[in-house]
Amino acid sequence: MSRRFTASRRELLLGAGSAAALVGTSGHMAFAKGPVTIGFIYVGTKDDYGYNQAHAEGAAAIKGMKGIKVVEEEKVPETLDVEKTMESMMALDGATLLFPTSFGYFDPFMLNEAKKHTDVQFRHCGGLWDKSKHPMNAGSYFGYIGQGQYLNGVVAGHMTKSKKLGFVAAKPIPQVLININSFTLGARSVDPSITVQVIFTGDWSMPVKEAEATNSLIDAGADVITCHVDGPKVVVETTERRGAFTCGYHANQQKLAPKGYLTGAEWNWATVYKMFADKALKGETMPNFVRGGLADNFVKMSPYGPAVSDAAKKNADSVKAEMVKGGYAVFKGPLKDNKGKEVIAADKAYPETAIELESMNYLVEGVIGNLA
Amino acid sequence: MTSAAFGTVLFAMLAGALRVSTPFLFVSLGECLTEKSGRINLGNEGALVLGAMAAYAISYETGNPWAGLLAAAGVGACLGLLHAALCSLTKVSDIAMGIAIMLAGTGTAFFFGKPYIQPSAPQLPTIPFGFWSSSAQIRSALDVSPLFFLGVIVGIAMAWGFRNTRLGLTIRIVGDSADSARAMGLRINLIRLGATAVGSALAGIGGAFLSLVYPGSWNEQLSSGQGLIAVALVVFARWNPLYCIGAALLFGAAGALGPSLQSVGISKGYYLFNAAPYVLTLVLMILSVRPGRSLKGAPGELSIVR
Repeated sequence: MSRRFTASRRELLLGAGSAAALVGTSGHMAFAKGPVTIGFIYVGTKDDYGYNQAHAEGAAAIKGMKGIKVVEEEKVPETLDVEKTMESMMALDGATLLFPTSFGYFDPFMLNEAKKHTDVQFRHCGGLWDKSKHPMNAGSYFGYIGQGQYLNGVVAGHMTKSKKLGFVAAKPIPQVLININSFTLGARSVDPSITVQVIFTGDWSMPVKEAEATNSLIDAGADVITCHVDGPKVVVETTERRGAFTCGYHANQQKLAPKGYLTGAEWNWATVYKMFADKALKGETMPNFVRGGLADNFVKMSPYGPAVSDAAKKNADSVKAEMVKGGYAVFKGPLKDNKGKEVIAADKAYPETAIELESMNYLVEGVIGNLA
Repeated sequence: MTSAAFGTVLFAMLAGALRVSTPFLFVSLGECLTEKSGRINLGNEGALVLGAMAAYAISYETGNPWAGLLAAAGVGACLGLLHAALCSLTKVSDIAMGIAIMLAGTGTAFFFGKPYIQPSAPQLPTIPFGFWSSSAQIRSALDVSPLFFLGVIVGIAMAWGFRNTRLGLTIRIVGDSADSARAMGLRINLIRLGATAVGSALAGIGGAFLSLVYPGSWNEQLSSGQGLIAVALVVFARWNPLYCIGAALLFGAAGALGPSLQSVGISKGYYLFNAAPYVLTLVLMILSVRPGRSLKGAPGELSIVR
């Protein structure tokens, strides 16, 4: 079912030897000889048109690098199973750098393993690594894809006729909330009367529920749909069948909705993984906390679909040009949540790099929905 | 809740029942047929998933979704034959074998299904019963798949057949008392083989609905246990095919409750609403099960009853 690349005995010895040489050198990759084995762990399938595919494309980009060996495992649940997978990647494949890519892997599973194996580097996608609490051989990386969802929102704001947009979301965690809120703020920058209806399905991949959620949103009058689930394929296809517009997420879904696809917020993980692989090869210290947005080429936008109006393109392009300069604040005060409480004071502005955003726990004004 | 919102939720539940219930319907009818002959087949979850994969793959390769549907029924029947053949050996537990068949079916589907996750396969057509309406919502809700009607017809035919045909009575005798069947000279294993194969073929058709109608896409989380739920629905429906239709519709409607309540702005406690189908099943079970009559209608030869 899941594909594993097993190591030969020689590679195993090599890996074990290099791992032994590393004991005690936390924070360093102290060798430059022999292949560096890097492990990638995905929660779903590698070709889901979504989150896992985006990571697998990043992993594929470093497979060709000289001296790098990539091992991968798909469909690893966010349970103790992921610890077993990490253990086997270290013990059998000799992996010295691990990327557990799903949100739920971080705490406690990856942190446990990092404490046990101080000679191996762990970098998690999306977790909030904290120097004062977490081991130094652990860390996290993420992209400010909320910027992409803001641009999605700008385009959606121009294209909607009903002034109602729909958002199919998996779970109310900070990264998802940033996306919902960014999408809403982008749309309301075009027309403040726009509302965004959110439906939480409860898990990362629930095809039937995602299709039901999409149909419910369109039945309730939404005419542009976007989502934050692992595989947006079902949402995008259902929306296209209903004749509404879609904004994509994670990867490019243009092919699934040739008529209704407007644009999409995509990951560009190759940038991040190449950086880490380079450092591993040179034996340099790896950064613990890596973040980047449009400016750093961590995220990118899908090309505009055929339906997008010139006004929408012009508006989105000018905002994007500002974002590429860096420091663009999507979240700035005064900002109220959807219960009327002020969440950002009038004199505050949070650019994408603001760490406060990564513990977001509210839906902004204009979102119809609830966190629990 | 305003009356408009209430209307929207009721409408969404009706539409949801029409959209979501079909796989439950086919698997529970298939399981009902198999259990009526005296055997349990938990492998129908595997037949559902393998059927979904086969339907999608064949539809994509040939461009003909109907060929996909046939393929789904075919692979389902094969799994059923395998289950029945192994269970006809002495001292083989049909429960354990069913779990093995389930794992084999899903595993095979995942293995061969990898290259079909990304492509878009041609879908089965739907019948536009909403043509009279100018509302896009109603038109979309009443786009009903012919498979839904096929399921209802199969259910009615089974209910009638069990009472009124020689074949139906034969299946019931084999399921109720193997000793009487043997005394009558019936070939028990052959009849169970047929009932299990046809039952699994129906489950395979349920899978084709998932991948070729709604949600209309193949991926590995597509079923998320719907086949197993449908097996439980058979007990809930007291082995009556007509009740199976009702149970499947009810389950579909309850599943639509979570998303539709959120879409009209009632979003507090959505985790609870998302669990509505299961809560509903529990409540109905508690209400309908009384001491003494709890397993009324269960075939006498079932391993869980004996």
